[in-house]
Parts: sequence; structure tokens; C-alpha cells
Amino acid sequence: MAVVAPSPAVVATPRIHPQWVQLLGAAIRTRRGAIGFSVAGSVVLLAVIGPFVAPYSPDQTVTFPFAAPSSQYLLGSDQLGRDVLSRVLAGGWELLLMALAATAFGVLIGAAAGISAAYLRGRVDGLIMRTVDVLLAFPQLVFALLLVSIIGPKIWLIIVAVGFTHAPAVARVIRSAALETTERDYVKSVELQGVRPAKVMSSEILPNLVSPLMVESGLRFTYSIVLMAGLSFLGFGLPPPAPNWGYMIQENRIGLSLNVWAVAVPAILIALLTIGINTFTDAVARVAIGVESRPEEALIDESEIAA
Amino acid sequence: MTALDESSVNQSPDNGPVRLEVKDLRIQLASTRAEVVGDVSFTVHAAELFGLVGESGSGKTTVALALLGHARRGLDFATGEILLDGENLLDLKPGELRELRGAKVAYVPQDPSAALDPTLRIGFQLREALRVHPGVVDDPEARVTEVLREAKLDFTLEMLKRYPHQLSGGQQQRVTLAMAFACRPSLIVLDEPTTGLDVSTQRHVLETVRSMCRSYGVAAVYVSHDLAVVGGLVSQVAVMYAGRVVEIGPTEQVFQSPVHPYTRGLLAAVPSPERAEVLTGIEGQPPRPGHKPKGCAFARRCSYAVENCFVETPVPVGVGDRLVRCMRAREIEHESHGHRAPAPVTLGGTDEAMLKLRGLDASYGRQRVLFDVDLDVYPESCTAVVGESGSGKTTLARCIVGLHPNWTGDMTFEGKPLENGARHRQKGVLKQIQYIFQNPYTSLNPRKTINQILSEALEHFFRISADERRARITRVLEDVSLSSDFLGRYPAQLSGGERQRVAIARAIVVEPDLLVCDEVTSALDVSVQAATVEVLRQLQHERKLAMLFITHNLALVRSIAQTAVVLCEGHIVEIGSVEQVLERPTDPYTVRLIEDVPKLAEVGSAPEA
Amino acid sequence: MSYSELRDRADQGAPNEVPSQAPSLWHNEHPIAALVGVRAAIGVVTLFVVSVVIFLATEVLPGNAAYSVLGHSATPQSLRALEVQLHLNRGLFDQYWLWLSGLLTGKLGNSLANGQAVWGQVAPRLVNSAVLVVGAGVIGTMLGVLFGAIAALRKDGWFDHISSVVSLAVTSLPEFVVAIVLIILLATVVFHLLPAVSPVAPGTYAWSQPRLLVLPVATLVIVIIPYIQRMMRAAMIEALESDYVEMARLKGVPEWQIVLAHAFPNSIAPTIQVIGLTFLYLAGGIVIVEDVFNFPGIGQGLVNAVSDRDIPVIQFIVVVLAAFYVFMNIITDVIALLVSPRRRIAR
Repeated sequence: MAVVAPSPAVVATPRIHPQWVQLLGAAIRTRRGAIGFSVAGSVVLLAVIGPFVAPYSPDQTVTFPFAAPSSQYLLGSDQLGRDVLSRVLAGGWELLLMALAATAFGVLIGAAAGISAAYLRGRVDGLIMRTVDVLLAFPQLVFALLLVSIIGPKIWLIIVAVGFTHAPAVARVIRSAALETTERDYVKSVELQGVRPAKVMSSEILPNLVSPLMVESGLRFTYSIVLMAGLSFLGFGLPPPAPNWGYMIQENRIGLSLNVWAVAVPAILIALLTIGINTFTDAVARVAIGVESRPEEALIDESEIAA
Repeated sequence: MTALDESSVNQSPDNGPVRLEVKDLRIQLASTRAEVVGDVSFTVHAAELFGLVGESGSGKTTVALALLGHARRGLDFATGEILLDGENLLDLKPGELRELRGAKVAYVPQDPSAALDPTLRIGFQLREALRVHPGVVDDPEARVTEVLREAKLDFTLEMLKRYPHQLSGGQQQRVTLAMAFACRPSLIVLDEPTTGLDVSTQRHVLETVRSMCRSYGVAAVYVSHDLAVVGGLVSQVAVMYAGRVVEIGPTEQVFQSPVHPYTRGLLAAVPSPERAEVLTGIEGQPPRPGHKPKGCAFARRCSYAVENCFVETPVPVGVGDRLVRCMRAREIEHESHGHRAPAPVTLGGTDEAMLKLRGLDASYGRQRVLFDVDLDVYPESCTAVVGESGSGKTTLARCIVGLHPNWTGDMTFEGKPLENGARHRQKGVLKQIQYIFQNPYTSLNPRKTINQILSEALEHFFRISADERRARITRVLEDVSLSSDFLGRYPAQLSGGERQRVAIARAIVVEPDLLVCDEVTSALDVSVQAATVEVLRQLQHERKLAMLFITHNLALVRSIAQTAVVLCEGHIVEIGSVEQVLERPTDPYTVRLIEDVPKLAEVGSAPEA
Repeated sequence: MSYSELRDRADQGAPNEVPSQAPSLWHNEHPIAALVGVRAAIGVVTLFVVSVVIFLATEVLPGNAAYSVLGHSATPQSLRALEVQLHLNRGLFDQYWLWLSGLLTGKLGNSLANGQAVWGQVAPRLVNSAVLVVGAGVIGTMLGVLFGAIAALRKDGWFDHISSVVSLAVTSLPEFVVAIVLIILLATVVFHLLPAVSPVAPGTYAWSQPRLLVLPVATLVIVIIPYIQRMMRAAMIEALESDYVEMARLKGVPEWQIVLAHAFPNSIAPTIQVIGLTFLYLAGGIVIVEDVFNFPGIGQGLVNAVSDRDIPVIQFIVVVLAAFYVFMNIITDVIALLVSPRRRIAR
């Protein structure tokens, strides 16, 4: 019988990058992805570089409260007469870092729980999902609120508390994504060879979860930011005078009609950050569908017509 | 033989007025204007059944939907006419077209469970077919009862309150048949309506179709990939490939003395339950819709191709009562073809049985699925397990392999007892028994290359160097006739047939002694099925494997197995050599099963003259 | 039924299969009751665990509760007296049991902050928050479903694109940002149509002054619409592209009938889940919104109680919230079951 060669209509596969790199690269090349990335990226840049370029010290009272913007104080002053611009520039990086840590923490635990629940089934699944149900019986904010009020506003605690609010939801999402995979024949075929559960989970199932994991992480990152800003807003975040976008919105509310920028600018920055990240995540999600079905044609938009 | 041969096929098309005339139909991709279906012409008379045959990607469903004036998203009607009782469908405005649909031309879908709305009662959906065409029928309520009776559904009005999921597959399909005939249309388009139905149900549905067409004087276009079904049903047939009709003519002529190389290849791939023959598939794949090469679309795969075939696009040529789209039609008309070599007999069996089952009982939860099964599988021989859906054949395979641990009884392999689940079995035993899944689209990890898939299988069982691994992988790819270019590809880049070969390679590369094939060709096209079965048979022969071949396709059994086991609702009702079971069956169920299987009369036998 | 009997019936052209061979079990015939029963049982367990957790959590508060109430004016005797009053001198189990039984029988004790009955304090807040949640939930659901349906029907049209972009933007924003934006737009800086805060006098009911409700409800509505809209759109698109809708078109059913009779019912089912989640979210989301607008609901009550370390109030509110969650979960599952006949009617 003649040996079959692959159809020439199929393009030869270029160098294989790890899948998450492929996804990110493809996402940035779409319009949504580019917009999201640049918007979020600019805010991140601002937050990172900010402290070094702030004209004044963020804690220093430089003028009377709620001064209107002037050439000296570009965004005016806040409730205690501090320069809004400087506070804004300095008030982002901590939030970002903490949100990143909380997200990583939550996603890691949640994903591990979700994959184990999906694959190991039986009692492990029951136990994990009941715990998730109970944990989800608390509104996230209330939960974090309680913890913080009890133990006090410590950085590690806020990170852990916020991370814990993510874990159950991530576990649920990853579990349902993994459930689909665990039922697949290719997993069963590997089980038939006698490969052990841990290896099956890491080698067969995990690679198929890259795109839901990425999308979920992006989503959770924005929730972390929102939650932490919200906590600060309510007064349960890091104590003043540390500049923090969330807290700034709260403390400067009374002077809204005098200097709207003290409230508006941090609000806009938070909004731009979350919008940018969500837009980018959305682009990743859309690309993922393409990449997963045809790795070599990830960017070619072709309508497959079933004849 | 059965009743499904020439005597019950419709009369020649000369009686009855022309109901449908398709002229030079061309359908293209909206985005690129590339042709998806082209130069399609045929005519269907009243009370005539017309067959449209092809494999996946041939364009037959596109044509079928076009007969209702419907093009799927992304497709446009480019040129041509579709004349229904003289009226061109493609000229009509949407409102006029909507009035015709269901009333003058009706559609019977392939998958009734998907085509019926799961949230609406079937009575509603049935009456809907009449309600949207007011005035077409005098008394809709009476009509509902009448057409249900004709479709052989003795339903009370009470039962009309059911939801689709409460009906069996056969019942659902009869409901869609009733919906189609309700308004007494001029033309009925049936799109593979018996796929997924049991053989007996299929036979009844086909008879119902035939009788309803005859009594209504309705013209029918029957689309299918199953040549045996079509052969016994229609008077004229058109064979489609890559969006074009490659051969069209009276059924007996086309099927018994095919001219076009594709038709010949297709018929040579259809297994016959009467003779054990080497099946020949057609190597290669059809071009993807919208990506047609220059010249003849089939040339790349054609054994009669000459240089000109790759340059010029062929036009239909008259051969007898037929039209054949091949430049060499007249030359090759008389060349002998399709003679299939008898299958080599594998002498196995007087040795001790490799796998022995005694008193096997299996259950799903509380429901028993297998009852007291006794089975022997001998080395170097192939045992086929045949049954319909619900017979328990897949459960049997899974119990043997260890995927379904919920069984009791005795199972020994090479004399030693086997544990219930694969988890509890020794690694050595796991290596010796290998399993191939039915669905090639889900049995390979989409995130791994072919090389990774094969390597990991080897690595798990053998401690060998990387070089040795590579050598074995290359060798096994040759054995399944795949070039080593495939190693760097992902499964998504392979066709169904290629993926199944990779699955076979993965099973073979670890050097097993017993291969369990679970409906491994059911998801494949006919020509691909033939090629895959041949690969399996050769492998079994060369490597002296024992094989357990699960299938619902009786005809296939003949070409690959030596022993046949017939399962019915969890019981073995017949067991014996393949000739004996297929030619001299003793159990009434087996007799009925063989009778109900549609057969192509005298497929591919060489003209002896 | 044996196969030979089935075969004979098939010969006569009768339906040749009996769809259901499963033994008739009670829970197959009364799936809704069964589901409610199971969920309620899980719910009770959940509430129990929640009560234990919240109890332990508040008891773990550093500092003696009595001390933090009395503050510096505490003398050893008054401390003792208060401890006895608060049962702090008993063992942990006893305290828990006392609290739980009190909770179940309605004896909720007194607030530590102002000495008044917990119930009397919290009840009006509960009602106010309920007004917010129900009002925003109903309006938001209706609008979300409507927008989602329109976006699906006019897929890739201008409405679809615009709503998709706006949806993405809004859903990324924290609730307080939305609230602030609304305040800036409608109350202070741009227009002055509505009050910037909603200081309904604590103890009175919110519907007595509807103008104060507008902004808080509007904020919540804006926040919840995107999620519902997106789900409805996706579900409806899937329905419109399904085989049964194609079949209906091929039967000649007019498009408006297809949308109403086929597409809509099939797209409601997945959306129900999202609506349920939305109500759950609202229970927590009102905390911030109430704070921004100074609205006297239980969100604000909780925040105040936490600041004041007012333990009985904290415990009660958290348990109420948890109970609401459990209740909503059950309702959502029941409605989802009712809406999809496939799961409701046993095969």
C-alpha cells in the first residue's frame, strides 16, 4: 500500500512555542488585544514609574485643601492639601503588586483544587466541592471585610483574604473545564497504559486547560484590583497616609465639587486598568478558540463549511 | 437475498411529470467566491426516488439544502436554476420562498434529535408544519392523525404531548417524516435520515419512505453516503465528489458497471457480507471545500490519471445512459476493474485460547448489560463481535480492557486471571492488551504532536534509548502507511482516517498480543474505512496478533474476521465461523439481522467475459 | 419485553422501542421535590458551618469584647458584670449553643454599640436593602435580557458592536466607580437632578422617598446588565444557529415565530443561572453602594458593626446573608429545572 504523505494543502508547522506564548502573541496581534494591552500597559507603566517621577512627596502638605488645578499643582490638591498628581503617581504600584500576588495565590489553589476534583472524582470531588459551596456562601467583600477587621490591615492578610475569595470560583470554573477533558478518550487511553494519576493530571489534562486558565487569571486580576480598591475605599485597606487609589476616592469625596480630579483621576486609572485587562483577556479568549482547533492556522479566519 | 433488490426499486423515470429540474447549479463561498458546488444538473420526476451519493466534503448536503432555496451561512448561490414545478426557487423573494418551504418542498433531517426543538411538545411541532401554511390542507387536525398513521406511528393524541427526548430514535425520525409529508409537498429532500438508526428500524423507515412517495406521487431526493441503502431504494443516482457530479445515471448501471474512477473506487470499498475480500480504499483525501486544485479534482488520487488530467477540467461525457465527468471515460469504460482479491485466510486457532471469558456479567449501576457471556479469542485470529446499539458490545470490549470494572465472572489472559479494572492490572498485562477507540477526533491529545504521543507510549513501557525509540516509531508509521512527515504535526492537522491510523500505530508500537478494536471505522467515510480495515488486517497477519473487532456493520465482519459472535441485549445468541454465521445462521435474531442489512447486488465483480 | 416480542411489534410497524427501561423511582417522578430536598439539606449544613465559622471568627477578635465595649471606663466589677451578661464566662461550646438557640428562636440579644435590640435595628435595614436588591435585580434582568436578545438578533450590527464595547467597559469597573460617575454626572458636577446621597432616616422605609432610591438602584442596574446581556446574547445566538431552528426555517415558519417560540425559550435556560448569580452578587454588592450613598441598608449596617466590633449584629447580618445565598441557590436550580423539560420529565 502506498505510503500516505500529509496533504500539501496543510501548511508546514513553524517552530512550536509553548502554548501560552502563542496565545499571548496571537492576542496582541488582534485589534482588541492591542488596544487592551496598550491601555492596561500604560497604566501599569505609570504605576511602576510613578513614584520616581512624582514632583512632590505624596505625604507632604503643600497647599490648602482642594485647591483647583494650577500650573504648580497640575491636578490640584486633596483633602489634606497634598498634591494630587504626586499621590496618584505613587498610589498604584502597591495596589498592583498586591493584586498580582492575590491573583496568583487564588488561581494556584483554585486550579489545583479544580483539577483534582475533576480527575480524582468520588470523595475528593465531593469534599472539595462542598467546601467550595460553603466558601461561596459568603459575599466576597464581606468575607474579606471580616477577616481584615478581625486581624487588622496587614499586607499579607489582605493578599490571602482576597486570594481566598478567588479560589472557590476558580476551582469551579477549572473543574468544569477539566471535567470535559477527563472524559476524553485520550485521557482514558493513557490511563489504560497504567500511568499514575499525578502524571495524568499534569501531562494530559493541564495542557488542555491553558486557555481557560489564562482567561480566568485575567478576570481574577481585575477582581483583585476592584476588591482591594473597594476595601481601601471602605477604609479597610492599608492605613493612611499611604497613597492608594481606592482610598483616595473615598477620602476626597467630600470635596467633589471643589476639586473633582482628586476623585476622578484615581477612579479613571482604576477603570482604565480593569477595562484594558478585560479587553485583552477577551481577545485571548477569542483567539484561544482558533488556536486550539488549528494550531497552524491560528490567525486565518476561515469559515469551515460542512458539505 | 432480500426484498431490497431490483423488483421493488421504482420504475424507470419515464412515468410522471418533471417535478424538479436543477440546471448548472453553482454555490460559492461568500467571502472568497471560491466554488463549493458547481455545474450540478439533474432531473427528478413525480413518484421517482433520486439518489445523491458522496462522502464528507462532497457537497451533497449543500445541494440538498439548496433544493429548499436555503444556503448555510457563508455560502451564496452564484449561478444556475432550481426549477420546482417550473418555478425557479432562486428567483423568489424570501416571503415567497418561505411559503413554499414545508408546503411544496419539504426536508427530512439527518439527526431528528437535534432537529426537534427540545422545549416544545412534538404535537406542537407537528401542527406547526400545518399552521404556517394555512389553507394548504382542509382539516389540519384530521391531517395530523392521518399522516402519523401513514408514518406508522400509532400515536394517541395524548402521546403528542410528549417531548422529543421521550421518544426513541426511530420514533423521532417518523415524526420528522410525518412533518415533511403533512402538507403533501411535490418534492421531499431526505438527508441521510437513517444514520444512527438500528438496521431493523432503518429498514422500516426506508419502506415507509418508499410507500409514502408512491402513494403521494411525490418526487424524492435521497442523500446518503451509504451506497447499499441507496442502491436498493432509488432509480437514478448521482455520485458527487469535491462539489461536482462525477457520474449520474440509472442505479443498476452506475453501481454494477461504474465508469468514473472515483465511483469505481467507492464501490470497491463497500464491504460485502457475502464474500471475504480485500477491501481497497482510495488513498489521499478530497480537497477541502473552496480549495480545489487545477484540473480534475480527483486526479491526485486517480490510478487512471494522465498528465492532461491535472491541467484541464473535465466535462461530462455520455456513456450509455449515463454522464461521466472524466476525460478518459470512453477509454476506461471497458477496462476491468474492481475485482477484489479474496482475503487471505489466517490460520489460527487450534492453539489454546489467549483470552477466555466465562460467565461474564456486567452492569451500569443497577442495570445489567451483559448476561453470562462465554467467549474465546485465539492467537493469530480475529473475532468479530456484532450487535446493534444497546447490545452491550462496547461494554464487553471495555470490560476486557479494564475500562469498565463493574463486572463479575472469570476472565483469563494467557492462563492468568485478569483484574477488573486497569488500575489493578500489572503493567506487563496492560502492554499486552491494547485498545483502539471509536472516535478518532477525541482519542488523541490535541496538545501533543504525533511524535510525542507515540514516544510517550513507548517510554512508558520500554527502557530504550532515544535513537531506538525513534527507529521504532518510524517503523510503525510505515506499517500504518503514514509518512514520517506526520511526526511534527498536531492531531488537528490530520484527517479522520489519518488520526485513526495514528491511534492504531500507538497501540501497535508497544507490541501487544491482543488488539481490541471498538467500532474503529464507524466514524469514517466508506473509502477511508476500507483502507483502515486493510491496514488492520495486514498488521494482524504480519504480527500474528489476536484481534477482537467490535462492530455493528455485518458486512465488514466478512472482510476481516474468522469468528463471529452475535450479541443481542447482552446475550450471545450466535457464535461460530464467519461463513457459518453469515450464510447459515441458526438464531432467529441473526437471521433477521442479516435480512435487514441492505446489500449492494454484486458489487465490483469483474466482467468475466 | 423480550427481543422477540419487540421484533414482532416492529413487524407490525409499531414503535419498536420502549424509551424507558429504568425502574420507576420516586425521585424520577418527582424531580423537583427531590432536588429541593437535597439542596435544602445541603443548605442547612452550609448554614450550620457558616454559623460556626462566623461565631468562631468573631470570638477570636483580639481583645476582650467586654473591654472594647466599656472602654477605659471599665472597672473590674463592671467588666465582670458585662462578661456575665454576654456569657463570656462560659465555655466556647456553651456560648455557641446559646447563640444558636437564640438565633433560631428569635432572641437575638442587644447591640453592643447602642444597647438596643438587634432585631429592631436590623429589620428596617433588611427591608431597605431588599428594596434595592429586588428593584435593581428585576429591572436589570429585564433590560439585560432585552439587550441581549436584540444584540443576538442583529448580530454584528451597530447595536451589537456598541453594546459589546460598552458592556466590556462597564463590567470592568468597580461599583464605586460607577456610583461616583453617576454622582458626578447627575448629582453634583454636570447636572443637579438627583441627590448625591440617600440619607433615608434610619428606621424609616426606603420607598417613602423614591427620589433617594434612583441613583443607588441605577448604579446596581448598570453594574449587573452586562453579564446578563452577554449570556442572553450567547444563548440566543446558539439557539438561532441550532439544527432545530434551521429545521423550523425549512418548514416555512416565519422568523418572528421562530424567535418567540423556538429561540427565546431555549435561551432562557442558561440565562437563569446567570440571573441567579446576579442576585447573589447583589447581596454583596450593596455594601459599597450603600456606603457611597449613605443608604441605610444592611450593607451599611454591617460596615458600621464591623467598625464598632458590634458582635451580635455582625453575626446576625452574616447569617442572614448566608441564608439568602442558600435560598437563592435553591430557587435558581428549581427554576432552571422547570424551564428545561429534558431534565424535568424523567425518561
